[in-house]
Amino acid sequence: MTEAKQTISGARGLDRDEPLIFEQDARGRSGVDLPEGPKAASRLGGLKRKGPIGLPGLSEPQVVRHFVRLSRMNYAIDYGFYPLGSCTMKHNPRLNEKVARLGGLGDLHPMQPVSTVQGGLRLMHELAHWLTTLTGMPAVALSPGAGAHGELCGLMAIRAAFDAKGESRSRVLVPESAHGTNPATAAMCGYAVDAIPADESGRVDMKAFEEKLGDDVAGVMLTNPNTCGLFETDIVEIAEKIHAVGGYFYCDGANFNAIVGKVRPGDLGIDAMHINLHKTFSTPHGGGGPGSGPVVFSEALAPYAPLPMVVEKDGAFELVEHDGGQRVGRMKGFHGQFGMFVRALAYMMSHGRDGLKQVAEDAVLNANYVLAGLKDVLPPAYAGHCMHEALFSDKGLNGSGVDTMGLAKALIDEGYHPMTVYFPLVVHGAMLIEPTETENRGTLDEFIRVMRGLVEKAKAGETEMFEQAPVLTPRRRLDETRAARNPVLRWQPEEAAAEAAD
Amino acid sequence: MRYLPQTPDSRAMMLKAIGVGSIDELFDDVPARVLNAPIEGLPDHMSEMAVERHFRKLAADNLSPSTAPCFIGGGAYHHHIPATVDHLIQRSEFLTSYTPYQPEIAQGTLQYLFEFQTQVALLTGMEVANASMYDGATACGEAVLMAHRVNKRRRTVLSGGLHPHYRDATLNLTRFTDFETVALEAAPGAEEDLAGAIDDDTAAVVVQNPDVYGQLRDLGPLAEACRAKGALLIVAVAEVVSLGAVTPPGDMGADIVVAEGQSLGVPLSFGGPHVGLFACRRKFVRQMPGRLAGETVDVDGRRSYVLTLNAREQHIRREKATSNICTNSGLCALAFCIHATLLGESGMTALADLNHRTAAAAAEALSAIDGVGLKTDVFFNEFTLELPKPAGPVVEALAEKGVLGGIPGSRLWPGDESRARLLIVAATETVTEEDIASFRDALKEALA
Repeated sequence: MTEAKQTISGARGLDRDEPLIFEQDARGRSGVDLPEGPKAASRLGGLKRKGPIGLPGLSEPQVVRHFVRLSRMNYAIDYGFYPLGSCTMKHNPRLNEKVARLGGLGDLHPMQPVSTVQGGLRLMHELAHWLTTLTGMPAVALSPGAGAHGELCGLMAIRAAFDAKGESRSRVLVPESAHGTNPATAAMCGYAVDAIPADESGRVDMKAFEEKLGDDVAGVMLTNPNTCGLFETDIVEIAEKIHAVGGYFYCDGANFNAIVGKVRPGDLGIDAMHINLHKTFSTPHGGGGPGSGPVVFSEALAPYAPLPMVVEKDGAFELVEHDGGQRVGRMKGFHGQFGMFVRALAYMMSHGRDGLKQVAEDAVLNANYVLAGLKDVLPPAYAGHCMHEALFSDKGLNGSGVDTMGLAKALIDEGYHPMTVYFPLVVHGAMLIEPTETENRGTLDEFIRVMRGLVEKAKAGETEMFEQAPVLTPRRRLDETRAARNPVLRWQPEEAAAEAAD
Repeated sequence: MRYLPQTPDSRAMMLKAIGVGSIDELFDDVPARVLNAPIEGLPDHMSEMAVERHFRKLAADNLSPSTAPCFIGGGAYHHHIPATVDHLIQRSEFLTSYTPYQPEIAQGTLQYLFEFQTQVALLTGMEVANASMYDGATACGEAVLMAHRVNKRRRTVLSGGLHPHYRDATLNLTRFTDFETVALEAAPGAEEDLAGAIDDDTAAVVVQNPDVYGQLRDLGPLAEACRAKGALLIVAVAEVVSLGAVTPPGDMGADIVVAEGQSLGVPLSFGGPHVGLFACRRKFVRQMPGRLAGETVDVDGRRSYVLTLNAREQHIRREKATSNICTNSGLCALAFCIHATLLGESGMTALADLNHRTAAAAAEALSAIDGVGLKTDVFFNEFTLELPKPAGPVVEALAEKGVLGGIPGSRLWPGDESRARLLIVAATETVTEEDIASFRDALKEALA
């Protein structure tokens, strides 16, 4: 590796460090001009702010340049391939963004009289129709703010159903391979989490599952297709068995994109399932959110679904916000992530019923193509075909001195976002790869070529490049221990920072 | 199917490479009787033009606050968003990036989250803030859960001035714990005895400022009462622009501050996505829910940012995590951060002042109408009127005249006759003097 040329500025061509906004401050400067407004006497009483806030002052051009420079330090799906398993980084169509910003959709107030928001309510009603039809489930709650919030909504409905029956149950069964949100959610609903191991095929160990069943089990939380990228072949039997002990079947619908248009979860015996709109229906991840996690319910749990809900009556739409009863309470301040509803519905309509089936088929095809292209150099964690994501273990790197993280960081220097690493926890050195349906064959061929090349280098003993990687990025490996041991969570003026350090 | 790049030829070639004869062979783990179940009642795919037309029709069926005088607040506020905000958040590198788990290629996101955390801490007057929550109401519920983790007590007292949606979301989030929650009732402007409701088992008192009626309060005495009994004071702020003009909760002794950040940079969007702000005292940071960005260095010693204190989170701690939250409102936090940066110190205080003067002028004009009373004497940009008749039908009549005239008590407290004649009115910088005149004239007519 040639040393980067030293520059006077410290920048490396287009790569430059960007100071914090607080370090570009000139008090009195502002990037906003405001109108005069009316004159009126203050009604703040004695509560008028006394000291300064401490915000920096920047002009509009400074602000634009600051955030554009920051943006250049990010990887994004619009830049390149993101093989992140379980996260589903697919193309984000700009039509979705355009319609979400239409005057009359983007700026509606949630508390407007319902007579003035008939189009907005119709949109929610249409989205609900798509979601219930695609899943074969009779009811849906749109309000949960993210997938994990949807899980919480679903588990709350299960708990509410038992409370309504005057029945108290203590355990929820959750596979070891589940997302961390599943056990955290069950705990928030007051349940003890009982882990179910996986069998040698990467699916729920049915013998262990049956042994754990009992009339103190409130339900099972299962991801299907699961986090190993596999369809749970015994899923119908699992539903029957949990119902036989009086429990409910919660499905984590994070991977609905693998089966949308092909399999209706309602046909499998599921009682509640959240749908991450960003994963299956392409609303953008936005660097960590916002998400949206509507939950579909079976007949058994529908009476417990939370409000608000949109109903159609004689061609007009009503927003039901209160009805007493035994429902789950309010999940969020208002009606849910409406801006995400617009984007998801635009994606659904663009694909249609026929296209959504093609989405699942292409997602599964692409994952199996990657599996087939790598399996002789990187052993798959489990035998057989995969669904929309392919799971590998680090066995192929054994003895090379290179680990999963080294391979992931080397991928960054090759121009890729790393795959999901060390998850699911049940596979040693796991690498989970999800191409999604919006990648073409050429991209996959190139990715396979790069992955094979890296494994070859690892096996050839070129370990140093993996230990050093990434070297071509705005920043190299970070000292995460230091960040956690001595947390610096905000900027402080220099004197204050010095005092804090004393 | 413009988003799908595979062709019949590429699909056939790939199936061959995999070694199967048809796509359904890849679905062979799915029970045959449920595979390819017919999906009835949905249309096939549509062109971009056709989809856009559909949404334009839906949009046309709404009365938009951008085109009508809008006086609705109640936890969501119609503010002007500078064009720069939406332009910048639509940059692909922000819009289409993932959660910054690979910090070497996510410094842009991590740095703005660090800046956002600093802005939130400064505005609220607190020591630390997290990298955002779903919204103000859910952040309020998470604050109550956090207070119980901090002092291990069982009881929470909710002020009657807390927005009913915040109250409901909080009760919902804590409903399956063994905590006891006491929600007080308060009429607009009336004093409630919150200090008297604190006992030795009270984990926290939750109070909103300005409250749901718009009324502002000095929380100093309440903070002292909390401290004396070992309870935490949680302050909710539904209108974050108020912090540009009003003494911040941190200066009044709050332990945890939650807020709705929608007012800066985030469109109303019919109620979501919005952005929850969460700030607290530094000593509680390990009990905080949600994401945190922190400063560190890379192997070359260069200043860098990373998600930190992950040991609190669900992906490490599973059922013992501080919450099950796995995302934040990243893009909305960015919009907030850009808008706050554009405003700066002078812009923020000027915006707050303009909001306040506009609302004060509106309150004066509307309360001058015969029979209309002003129920809130000290307020920021929202106030409560008492009308001579039920406010629900009045608001409908105003809407017919093209004025979005506030929230009737019946919408927030359905079935509560004592509050049916209340009308909660907000006025932001988007309201002009002509808008105030239109509202006054329409209200006069509606009450006549």
